[in-house]
Amino acid sequence: MSEEKKTVLNVEDLTVAFNMYQKGAFKKTDLEVIHKLSIDVKEGEIVAVVGSSGSGKSLLAHSILHILPKNAKVGGKIEYCGKELDDKYVKELLGRDIAFIPQSVDYLDPLMHVDKQVIGVYGNKERQREVFDRYHLDERVDTLYPFQLSGGMARRVLISSAVMEEPKLIIADEPTPGLNVEMAMETLNNFRELADKGTAVLMITHDIDLAFEVADRIAVFYAGTVVEIASTLDFIMGRGFLRHPYSAAFVDALPQKKFKPIEGTQPYAGNLPSGCLFADRCPYRDDECAGEIPMRDLRGGKVRCVHAT
Amino acid sequence: MNKKMKNVISESIRMALLLIAVSIIAFFLVINSPIDPLTSYVGPESTLSQEARDEIAEYWGLYDPPAERFMSWVGNIVRGDWGDSITYKRPVKDVISERFSYSFGLMACTWVISGLLGFVVGIISGMREGGWFDRITKYFCLMVKSAPTFWIGLLVLVIFAVELKWFPIGMAVPLGKPANEVTFWDRLYHMALPVITLSIISMSDIMLYTRQKLIEIINSDFILYARARGENEKQIVLRHVIRNIALPAITVQFASFSELFGGMALAENVFSYPGIGTATTAAAVNGDVPLLLGIAVCSAVFVFAGNLMANVLYGVFDPRIKEGVITYEHTHAHSH
Ligand SMILES: Nc1ncnc2c1ncn2[C@@H]1O[C@H](COP(=O)(O)OP(=O)(O)OP(=O)(O)O)[C@@H](O)[C@H]1O
Ligand code: SF4
Ligand SMILES: [Mg+2]
Repeated sequence: MSEEKKTVLNVEDLTVAFNMYQKGAFKKTDLEVIHKLSIDVKEGEIVAVVGSSGSGKSLLAHSILHILPKNAKVGGKIEYCGKELDDKYVKELLGRDIAFIPQSVDYLDPLMHVDKQVIGVYGNKERQREVFDRYHLDERVDTLYPFQLSGGMARRVLISSAVMEEPKLIIADEPTPGLNVEMAMETLNNFRELADKGTAVLMITHDIDLAFEVADRIAVFYAGTVVEIASTLDFIMGRGFLRHPYSAAFVDALPQKKFKPIEGTQPYAGNLPSGCLFADRCPYRDDECAGEIPMRDLRGGKVRCVHAT
Repeated sequence: MNKKMKNVISESIRMALLLIAVSIIAFFLVINSPIDPLTSYVGPESTLSQEARDEIAEYWGLYDPPAERFMSWVGNIVRGDWGDSITYKRPVKDVISERFSYSFGLMACTWVISGLLGFVVGIISGMREGGWFDRITKYFCLMVKSAPTFWIGLLVLVIFAVELKWFPIGMAVPLGKPANEVTFWDRLYHMALPVITLSIISMSDIMLYTRQKLIEIINSDFILYARARGENEKQIVLRHVIRNIALPAITVQFASFSELFGGMALAENVFSYPGIGTATTAAAVNGDVPLLLGIAVCSAVFVFAGNLMANVLYGVFDPRIKEGVITYEHTHAHSH
């Protein structure tokens, strides 16, 4: 049944590099922070993106939205509903068909009342009140400045502005921190409802537990690329059903599972190994792992590991 | 509200202290300078005998200890006796108020024009950082900043008054026209060149500041978010950039009062404009101590008033200062 669903977002071999000065160098060089990253989100689907800090989750969101800094070089392909998402096309979609929920309250204008910000350039007051009501933001909140909002309120304001129009694609960067458990669940259920009506949701989160609740598929990021994408069910079933040693370790490292986290840290973007990015921490590493590791299909998911079964 | 009042009061106290400091410094600089007030008063060719001189000096209190002289000077100032100007043979108060009224018009025009122009140009160059417009304006500013005021004044004078003959060469009113026939337009027309010169000079600060500030905030998260919500360049400038830069820019503009004041003094001399700047030069040349001291005190008040205004404005318009940080949600949090 999922076969006939339209792909809303398709990212293929995305590469992002920053042209910048690096330690000890006098010339600007390219620092590649996203490497050949592929991910897709279908209509009515929630894809959760998980991965440790610095793995490139926000950069993926910013690349799709074309809001990377000027010194970023982007390679690869990003498509929206089958059409190449270039600078011009994205401008038509942002704020209407594509909505973004940013990572923190710093993304609000510090000197503008929040109602005006949520209304933005496409909305109107009536709709804004309606949405605020839904997120339990009463009329007093309308004329507050961002610095006057608590973490939870700020979150709800940001989510409100994403659902002002009826977006076909929502990109949410950590939508739940700062919310209490009920509010977080409610937010996720809202995403679920939107998805059930056909919206595609790309949800970046630290909280894999919450991803388990609502996501259809989960993508695991490591050092700037996706190492595994698989159905949420596989993740819930545990390491035996996962394909990549890092995602298995990631799931095991959850507090309730009492496994020891895997040793070592994510490699720095300026100093990457030539073959598998995970090689220095992988218990299954051998000579084959030193070559280029392509993303391949496996048991209904995708994995970037030569030995995965 | 309370906080705002407190702010204004503490600023006023600061200003009063500074004023006292300026008075003391100005007074002691003048009495230790080679100017002999007696010679200035009677003129260098005077044939007054030494005894007569001593008598006058005694009567004036010139042989009293400096601290005593300072106190009696301050006492007179406070009582409204500013003395007579030697140069103009009129009470210092009259001279200063007349001269200030000319200078004030000059400064007000310059302040508004350079502020608006600098702000707009700064925003345009910042938005097009590295583009041709940005580069031209930046070089222009650096050039102006490193050139002496009188040189720029002369340049403006040669181009607009001598070559193009668009504006008069100097003075505040047409030469030989009776005072009661001088129109507002005459005044404006005569003010044009000094205002142009001063605007060119003082525009660069506010322009470079606005540009810098814009480049700083244009990559900030809230601008990114505005973009991600479909706002175009124009909407971003109108909705967010102006709102976030205007306040600090106005503050900078107020704080530049002192520089504007200094520039004005020089420009007035180039254009022989009868403002406070030319009066200062005349007073200095003639050893006109009462006038010099009067001008020093008034100028200090004027410049401090500019700074005070900047601080007060910030409190009135910035919501983060105006409303304090305690609000709705905090009161809520306590009730949990
Ligand atoms: N403007 C930039 N210039 C250079 N490097 C950058 C820039 N922005 C991000 N990076 C680097 O890219 C990597 C990925 O950053 P990103 O913000 O996407 O991480 P993240 O997965 O969202 O982390 P977090 O969970 O902490 O939000 C980091 O190592 C970061 O240092
Ligand atoms: S490719 Fe090799 S090193 Fe990399 S995860 Fe697979 S087994 Fe480990
Ligand atoms: Mg992030």
